[in-house]
Amino acid sequence: MKKQMLRFSRASLIYHTRHGETVAAENLSFTVDEGEFVAIIGPSGCGKTTLLSLAAGLLKPSAGEVETFGSCGYMLQKDELFPWRTIEKNIFLPLEIKRQNTAENRERARALAVKYGLGDFLQSYPSELSGGMRQRAALIRTLATDPDILLLDEPFSALDYQTRLNVCDDVAAIIRSEGKTALLITHDISEAISLADRVLVLTKRPAHVAFTHEMDFGDVKKPLSRREMPQFSGWFEKLWKELNQ
Amino acid sequence: MKHREVKELCSHEHMLYLKKRKQRQIVVWTLRLALLVLFFGAWELITTVLGWVDPFFMSSPSRIAKTIAGLYEEGTLFYHIGVTLLETVIGFVIAVVVGCVVALALWWSETLRKVLEPYIVVLNALPKIALGPIIIIWFGTGSEAIIFMTVLVGVIVATLHMLAAFMETDRNKILLLRSMGANKWQILYKLVIPSSLASFISMLKVAVGMSWIGSIMGEYIVSRAGLGYLIVYGGQVFKLDLVMSATLILCILAAGMYFLVVALEKVLVKNAES
Repeated sequence: MKKQMLRFSRASLIYHTRHGETVAAENLSFTVDEGEFVAIIGPSGCGKTTLLSLAAGLLKPSAGEVETFGSCGYMLQKDELFPWRTIEKNIFLPLEIKRQNTAENRERARALAVKYGLGDFLQSYPSELSGGMRQRAALIRTLATDPDILLLDEPFSALDYQTRLNVCDDVAAIIRSEGKTALLITHDISEAISLADRVLVLTKRPAHVAFTHEMDFGDVKKPLSRREMPQFSGWFEKLWKELNQ
Repeated sequence: MKHREVKELCSHEHMLYLKKRKQRQIVVWTLRLALLVLFFGAWELITTVLGWVDPFFMSSPSRIAKTIAGLYEEGTLFYHIGVTLLETVIGFVIAVVVGCVVALALWWSETLRKVLEPYIVVLNALPKIALGPIIIIWFGTGSEAIIFMTVLVGVIVATLHMLAAFMETDRNKILLLRSMGANKWQILYKLVIPSSLASFISMLKVAVGMSWIGSIMGEYIVSRAGLGYLIVYGGQVFKLDLVMSATLILCILAAGMYFLVVALEKVLVKNAES
């Protein structure tokens, strides 16, 4: 059995506001194994981001348990690069925050940026980069502290369609080649199918896991190639129906 | 070869564009100057030259020049300018510093913010001139009273302006830092302060105006020197020349201070815009 990196055990979360309380998640149970790429899809407003906040430890579950076995790196919808910092300084940001800003770590982060095509842009400011390049820089920033688990919150949704497909390919390749465990949250069914080893389907609020599917694309990991395979449309239809139940 | 031709064509067109831009700028500046000359010319014309209006009521550019020259010969011109300028600048600096510190404290503590909110609203709405007698009794009739008035006028605006800027910090960027395990201090100096730079500059511009209002208002209430003093004194003895002269100097000083802030903005905001 593979090593588990993330485990939700009957986790529930209740939000309190002045107008009452909302059960955002109820009895949420699933695991993510080491090196696995898991995608979670759900109807809009089902509390997908809540789920990632739980995984990142930003929220504590009201009941049940959320355990992570390793450090987390969080990637958001927009790149959220700081406009007053150069790309290099942006990539060093998590090192500064975690007080790991050593020459060795900086060198490793810089090498990562060079390896994935950001070498010429290290001294540029975010405004000088295209949306795709910015999102790539955001991924390198997430990888700078060498996290064990990547939490991806719809990281492509702010990009236009063409860029989106390319960046999706890019990011998948980088995550696979760095051997990272990843948990992707998205509302885009085809994105989930093309990226993940396993897809979980959430219900409406209160969210819990309704279906789990192992993707059967064999060794094909490249998202664009997966989109061209015959079983792709089958999965799309199936997940579409499950989402709308 | 063809590529080069296109390039040359482009650069030629670009030159034309730059030239046009420059011409437009020259036109704007010429018109600005013309407006100024027209204003003072018309003023001079209807008072001294044509005599339609008695310069006793309206003064005139030539009389203003004479008055300023007179003040200079008396040796009091720079004394009055210096007094007002010093009061304004000291009041401005104190208001900005205190405003930023208070805004930071209010950003830091939600409880403090909630508790103080109604008091700040009341202080903001209160016409500060109503506090004139209190200020005189507490601070006497020297520059301290005027500086206090300047601070009072500027500090609330500075505080509210900076607090709004701090509170507007991108929530997703805060989430990002928190996901990295950042504490509140780190969020403050890595994100909140640098992202408020543009607002800081716009606050300085507002505060410049406020501190001139404060210092002149202070000098109206209580003073023995300064441009505000000259204006009040000139009004009391019906010397409109003196009133107009001091007002004109005030315009120049206020504009100068504003442009200093604009220059500071150019230095600070070079790479900060997104």
